[in-house]
Amino acid sequence: MFDYNFHWRPVMKSLPDLLEAALLTLQVAVLAMALGIVIGLALALIRLHMRGPLLWLASSWVELARNTPALFQLFFFGFGLGAFGLHLSPYMIVLVGLTFNCAGYLAENFRGGFQAVPDTQLRASRSLGMTAWQAYTRIVIPQVLRIVYHPITNQMVWAVLMSSLGMLVGFRELSGETQFFASRTFRIFEYFAVTAVIYYVIVKLILLGSRLLATRLFRY
Amino acid sequence: MEPTVSFFSGFTPNDLLFLGEAALRTLWISVLSISIGTVLGVAFGWILFEGKWAAALTIAPVLDIFRSVPLIIQLVLFYNFAPIIGLNFGPFASGVVILTVYTAALVANVARGGIEAVDTPMRRAARSLGMSYWQDLRHVVLPIGGRAVFPAWVGVALGVMKDSALVSVLGYVELLKASQILMTRTQEPFLILSIAGAFYFALSYPISRYAAFLEKRWIQ
Repeated sequence: MFDYNFHWRPVMKSLPDLLEAALLTLQVAVLAMALGIVIGLALALIRLHMRGPLLWLASSWVELARNTPALFQLFFFGFGLGAFGLHLSPYMIVLVGLTFNCAGYLAENFRGGFQAVPDTQLRASRSLGMTAWQAYTRIVIPQVLRIVYHPITNQMVWAVLMSSLGMLVGFRELSGETQFFASRTFRIFEYFAVTAVIYYVIVKLILLGSRLLATRLFRY
Repeated sequence: MEPTVSFFSGFTPNDLLFLGEAALRTLWISVLSISIGTVLGVAFGWILFEGKWAAALTIAPVLDIFRSVPLIIQLVLFYNFAPIIGLNFGPFASGVVILTVYTAALVANVARGGIEAVDTPMRRAARSLGMSYWQDLRHVVLPIGGRAVFPAWVGVALGVMKDSALVSVLGYVELLKASQILMTRTQEPFLILSIAGAFYFALSYPISRYAAFLEKRWIQ
């Protein structure tokens, strides 16, 4: 049927390396998400409550992250900053780029989340004698995180998928490693097919894990 | 002695033209994929809605794959798979095929959401007024459900426009690839990336703002 002989053996031989690279993919995605959630919360609060240069900075961050391609952002952190003598390693390019992107998207979700928590919650906790910090960290933010739980899960999936762009800035995560092996053996289709399966499994595991966690977290 | 041949030269007005042409190519491949993908996606969305378990067993998992594997892997995979089954697809054609299917996979979910947004009593009322099934779809479901999910569709379309930057891995010279070529030659990454970023931003930002404005107005 095909005028092509599939050779799966080289792929199977480098499967351990690919799986190890998949762990690197997960690591960078999880780190970027953790940083992105913290920065995203800060950006959302700034956009809701502040005026002046900070508001301007936060707004430009969110709009730039949401309105330009993720690949452009990676190129910018990778090559654009070189003009100022700032050279990041491939790992840092992907981490910084992903964090920038995730923080921008999450900030918009968080903003919706903050607006969905009634104002009275904050005022009630303040009138009970909580400081502003206590009121936010113990009353408001837990409710916000509950509202944006599914958007965060989606963003986590996006972060894993987006980390594949690392291939284009020389980062050897799952895609970069695949590219490396594929160009060494010319078994491009076979390698990328296996990588696609690995990505699919990772995404499904994340969704499954998120669903299991949700049943534990949201029992009440 | 002065070198007679220089590999690097400054940024010239001619290069701006080169970038402009590349921007048009970005626009062209996006418009093509988004329009075909949307038509397909709406059809898939309708099948998902009407097909119940039959669709859940057939096309739903297939569409899910396109959402769970990084676009860049899909592109490389298809570009290398097409010759195996005897298709002679260049970078442009491969890019359009994958971007179209990717759009369709995303739009299918949006379209199903739109159909679900119209409650059953409304549709029964339409049918009991003597409308046929297709009249009900065309004159009741389309206007109401379409409005409900229009902002989501704009989000998908803008996402695909930004993701079209990934077709550069296949060697199609769209905006980001063109800027990469220029960066190598002129060694002025910051300037060139700013121009490319400004183009994406100028395209995406007004459209997303307009969609948000429409959403707000329709809710009232």
